[in-house]
Amino acid sequence: MKSYTFTKESLRKKFRLSEFLSEKIITGFALLSITIIILIFVFVFRETIPLFTSKERPTGSREELVQEQYGVVPEPRPDQLQRQEVYGIEPDSALMGNREYSTEEHAAGQERRVTVKGLLGDEWYPVSSNPRYGLIPLMVGTIKITLIAMLFAAPIAILAALFSSAFAPTWLREWIKPAIELLAGFPSVVIGFFALMVMATVLQELFGYETRLNAFVGGIAMALAAIPIIYTITEDALTAIPGTYKEASLALGASKWQTALFVTLPAATPGVFAAILLGIGRVFGETMIALMATGNAGLISANPFESVRTLAATIGAEMAEVVFGDTHYGVLFLIGSLLFVFTFSLNALAEFYIKGRLMKRIQGKIA
Amino acid sequence: MQGGMKETKIVTKDLTLYYGEKMALNFVSIEIPENQVTAFIGPSGCGKSTFLRTLNRMNDLIPSVRIEGKVLIDGLDIYDRKVDVVNLRKKIGMVFQKSNPFAKSVFDNIAYGPRINGIRDKKRLEEIVVTSLQRAAIWDEVKDRMNHSALGLSGGQQQRLCIARSLAVNPEIILMDEPASALDPISTGKIEELIFALKENFTIVIVTHNMQQAARVSDHTAFFYLGELIEYGKTRKIFTTPDHKQTEEYITGRFG
Amino acid sequence: MSRRNNITGAVVVGASAFSAIAIIAIIIVILVVIVIGGKDRMTWEFITAFPENGMTEGGIFPAIYGTALMVIIMSVAAVPFGTITALYLTEYTSEKSIFAQTIRFAVRTLATVPSIIFGLFGLGFFIKFVGGEMDSVFLGGQLKWGQPNILWASLTMSLLTLPVVIVSVEEAIRTVPRELLEASLALGATKWQTIRKVVIPGSISGILTGTILAISRGAGEVAPILFTGAAYYLATLPTSLSDQFMNLGYHIYIMSTQSADVDGTMPIQFATTLVLLLLTFLLNFIAILIRARIRRKAIV
Repeated sequence: MKSYTFTKESLRKKFRLSEFLSEKIITGFALLSITIIILIFVFVFRETIPLFTSKERPTGSREELVQEQYGVVPEPRPDQLQRQEVYGIEPDSALMGNREYSTEEHAAGQERRVTVKGLLGDEWYPVSSNPRYGLIPLMVGTIKITLIAMLFAAPIAILAALFSSAFAPTWLREWIKPAIELLAGFPSVVIGFFALMVMATVLQELFGYETRLNAFVGGIAMALAAIPIIYTITEDALTAIPGTYKEASLALGASKWQTALFVTLPAATPGVFAAILLGIGRVFGETMIALMATGNAGLISANPFESVRTLAATIGAEMAEVVFGDTHYGVLFLIGSLLFVFTFSLNALAEFYIKGRLMKRIQGKIA
Repeated sequence: MQGGMKETKIVTKDLTLYYGEKMALNFVSIEIPENQVTAFIGPSGCGKSTFLRTLNRMNDLIPSVRIEGKVLIDGLDIYDRKVDVVNLRKKIGMVFQKSNPFAKSVFDNIAYGPRINGIRDKKRLEEIVVTSLQRAAIWDEVKDRMNHSALGLSGGQQQRLCIARSLAVNPEIILMDEPASALDPISTGKIEELIFALKENFTIVIVTHNMQQAARVSDHTAFFYLGELIEYGKTRKIFTTPDHKQTEEYITGRFG
Repeated sequence: MSRRNNITGAVVVGASAFSAIAIIAIIIVILVVIVIGGKDRMTWEFITAFPENGMTEGGIFPAIYGTALMVIIMSVAAVPFGTITALYLTEYTSEKSIFAQTIRFAVRTLATVPSIIFGLFGLGFFIKFVGGEMDSVFLGGQLKWGQPNILWASLTMSLLTLPVVIVSVEEAIRTVPRELLEASLALGATKWQTIRKVVIPGSISGILTGTILAISRGAGEVAPILFTGAAYYLATLPTSLSDQFMNLGYHIYIMSTQSADVDGTMPIQFATTLVLLLLTFLLNFIAILIRARIRRKAIV
């Protein structure tokens, strides 16, 4: 007689603690990481809310303490002293003017609200007896820098991508691509340092303008940060265009460069467009290069050879010295939120172009 | 079932499987005898491999798969909610189309199964490893390289190592999914000999696209076409006087 | 007509070749300038000594130490987190689940957020919210954690590098052949046993690559730590998680923009930049090597 071995008893569902725990823990971690990411969105925006809601400073004890430490530093740290002395490597910085005043004023409990009209003002003097938080000069500066950077980065990076994908022999391409991507590995503080120490001097001698650190220098330095991004994405888009395309064009008697310029490049437009958007996003949010190479003066002017102050650099320069929770602090977070929303939209748009348009175009034309 | 000299081990009743909306198996009912070799044949995409993978619930890994009908082993419905898949798979060995040894030593490959079953004793492990390799007829070839990487073995050796690995957990059933499709004729011959030797102790189900192989190694043959079981019976009968026209056409090489 | 065509062609090819060469040339120029500017100062003493005389002399050991300590704490947070999230994405959820897609979207977003935003988050969340609460709950309002320190800076940096880890590990996990997972499961291994014994050993080099890339990124970023823990000058090394720390990148920034004697300390600045550059390049290079090995393995 046969004995059955696949029995209900021997195969009864078993509870395995390690299995249960590992699954729960792994899911928990994944959940936690998404929570943190959402928290980033929440917290950056949260700190700006008091700007628009509360009139008086809340008088929580913790805030007072924190403020004491931050606002009226009993013994100023060496870096703060240093900062006051030499902040203006450039002549103009009126910024540091009335520092002591402002802290006392804050301590007295001052109105925190800012108006939209105030934010649209054309003066950025956050630390003076009459603080003005006009974002216009910062926006102008950021846009100016971005324009200059893209004016240099986009054509150079796109042409270089065209070269390595269409004209360069394979062995050369295998050297060029990693070499240019090496630039992406440069910490931005290194690029900023190079711009500040070397490029600024060289360019000033070449063009003979007055202010050593200006939008032009900053823009070119930013271009160095944007080039690898634009190059890589454009290159990928160009190589993703199917060979059949190019063959069809070549078979019609078009030369290699005609094919590259009039067939491959147009077909890859969505990818190129996305590359430019991501490049803009990079420049827009770049902090260290802006801090080091642009002169940091919030001027409204169309002259590329004057100093500018960008949104990101403003946060970087001033956040360490503000009083927790006061108007200036809130406005800096507001600037952060603006940067965030803007780069977020750019990236979403770029993703739409890469994923949607480019893929559709490639696949649609194959079929 | 024709000529049921042996006990039936696996029974499926109206087994139907969907990949999302697409039906891949269509009311398959079959009875597979114990300690014999049953071969599944049919053109690619006919559902024979999918069917094989329902027998040890390997299709559970694919989220879009939905299964209806019953699979009974020793009369136990293995898709019952109370059945433990992990323990079920310990009783059913599986050999895959592409040999897939782990990137570990020969010894550690065979010891993998016993170790996850909690066997830590070195003597016991060695004993199991040696017996398994012997039963898979590969012991002589690897006994001097137990600590070498299994990836250094030839394709045919790797496949027999995988068979040995599945034997090490003491299964009762061995499922083979085209085990010799990637091998040269000599290695294939060795695998076939092995299958023949193993059926004394194991119930073997083998998927193959090689009809000669099915004819050589199997006692029973099932012909699948478009997700349906067309014909099932003694191998000799299927290959000489099939009842269905499609079976005949496939066997004589008119399609597939 | 054909002649005009030939000229246009030459211009197009010439301009594109020029662009590629120009980019590579500027990379070389940056490297050469920094090496030349820094090489004389690059001595063993410079790397191992403390700054002296108001940072106009001596070495940069505290900055190297601080950077190293920060990336270690950062890795301790980012690597397990990133690895586990990658495991979840590859093994515990389907490509199409809404949760998985949300995570992917969030990770992509995280990868493109300007680094200064992480600094803001670090300040608003870690320092003000978490640290502040810790102080008021455990220390009765005494200020200890509610201010910039190496812990908060490292955690801020770990968020910035999280996408790097997740992407590398995910890529590595996907190169582990599915057949091996099936082999393990068919032998009666549980999912967790399979992950522990097959998936993780198979993707260990990917985890390593992710870690190294994250470290290289974290070592070079300055914006996130500007106001979450980096200090201009400290006479002692950080000994507690609540201490501030010196950092190579921050040191370069401060020395080159706010030092009392920018010109006089120029060699120190160049040498510091050289150290940072060497460090990030070395790390990237190692990561590239490991990654190339993974890719080769995946093809076989």
